Amino acid sequence: MRKLLGILFVLSFLSPKLVMANATSEHADEATEKLSAEEQKRADMSEYVKHHTQDVHDFHIFSDISAGKHYGFPLPVILWDNGLHVFMSSKFEHGHKVVESKGNFYKLEHGKIYKTDETGDLKLNAHGHPTVKAPLDLSITKNVFVTLLMAFVLFFVFKGMASSYKTSMAPKGAAKFFEPLVLFIRDDIAIPNIGHKHHKKYMVYLLTVFFFIWFLNLVGMTPFGVNVTGNIAVTFTLAILTFIITQTTANGNYWKHIFWMPGVPVPMKIILAPIELLGVFIKPFALMIRLYANMLAGHIVLGSLISLLFVFQNWGAKGAFLGLTLFLNIIELLVAFLQAYIFTMLTALYFGFAVEEHHDDHH
Amino acid sequence: MNIPAIVGAGLVVIGAGIGIGRIGGSAMEAIARQPEATNKIQTAMLIAAALIEGIGFAALFAV
Repeated sequence: MRKLLGILFVLSFLSPKLVMANATSEHADEATEKLSAEEQKRADMSEYVKHHTQDVHDFHIFSDISAGKHYGFPLPVILWDNGLHVFMSSKFEHGHKVVESKGNFYKLEHGKIYKTDETGDLKLNAHGHPTVKAPLDLSITKNVFVTLLMAFVLFFVFKGMASSYKTSMAPKGAAKFFEPLVLFIRDDIAIPNIGHKHHKKYMVYLLTVFFFIWFLNLVGMTPFGVNVTGNIAVTFTLAILTFIITQTTANGNYWKHIFWMPGVPVPMKIILAPIELLGVFIKPFALMIRLYANMLAGHIVLGSLISLLFVFQNWGAKGAFLGLTLFLNIIELLVAFLQAYIFTMLTALYFGFAVEEHHDDHH
Repeated sequence: MNIPAIVGAGLVVIGAGIGIGRIGGSAMEAIARQPEATNKIQTAMLIAAALIEGIGFAALFAV
């Protein structure tokens, strides 16, 4: 009985994605004119995948194509263009209307906001890209909204967990689930890499980064189609934070190992210095790319497989694709945890390099 | 239909596949030799696999 419930639970992650796949084909129909059936299907597929991996200005839950209704809620648009412009994204009406705010006109095109004139002319160049300027976009988009939501969730869960320890050392409630994870991060990630002496001051950042990435990855697997960690701006910020913390808390030994590596002959020291300096920047860069590419690739593959369900007419093929998609969905759940673990472990490794004490056994 | 890009992407995936396959193989052998060290070996295998996958994806997106 439990197994059946478990399978149904996992399947439920699949279903609204199928509904949304039907929904976005409507948008593609409006944009394209007379394409062949195959090209139309390809356009639909890429439209669906793009819609679910890129950032949008409203929170779209699902659409009912036959009734022509969209369910979801608009999010505030905040622009800085020699003055603050704030309005709700519902005014854009999914990119059909030009919004006027304090004398300036703005148009939403493919998820970006451009400053145009009354007619909404984007002055497309030869490649079809707009050449008008875009104002500084500080809106609460879907990714920002979900990030803030997850921040609140994290705060309340762990604050509650911390307060529950006031009465007794035995965990109660949510602490029963999270305590082994927190101890795992301290005993298997922080202490082996950073050492007993200094690990405590880094635990805050390591715990935050692990649970933040893990929760955001899991939210990306839910039917709402939010793709926060697959956005390079988010992973860039996390990598920059790791970089800043590593450089600012590093001791003399760290810089000595980079610029004047002890234990090697002098010509080697001179050759190694620029390579090590490059390594200082490449390591957080690789952190950023690894998380971004893993999450984005997972979403694109799942989105494409689900679209293929609608392309094939043979019911045997549909069943096979459904099984494959379910299998990949489960693997993506593992990848969500694994990527959070890898990010945290490599961050702890870099912190360990930064606070390494001097050994005398360089050979 | 950018053929060079498609061929390049295929080569990248071959490289990543070979790398992760070799790590998996050595991990299996190591676990067979010393079953009590399974946890440590498994952890190290997953870390190495994630690093190789990172390079694979980065190259794939660049292509």
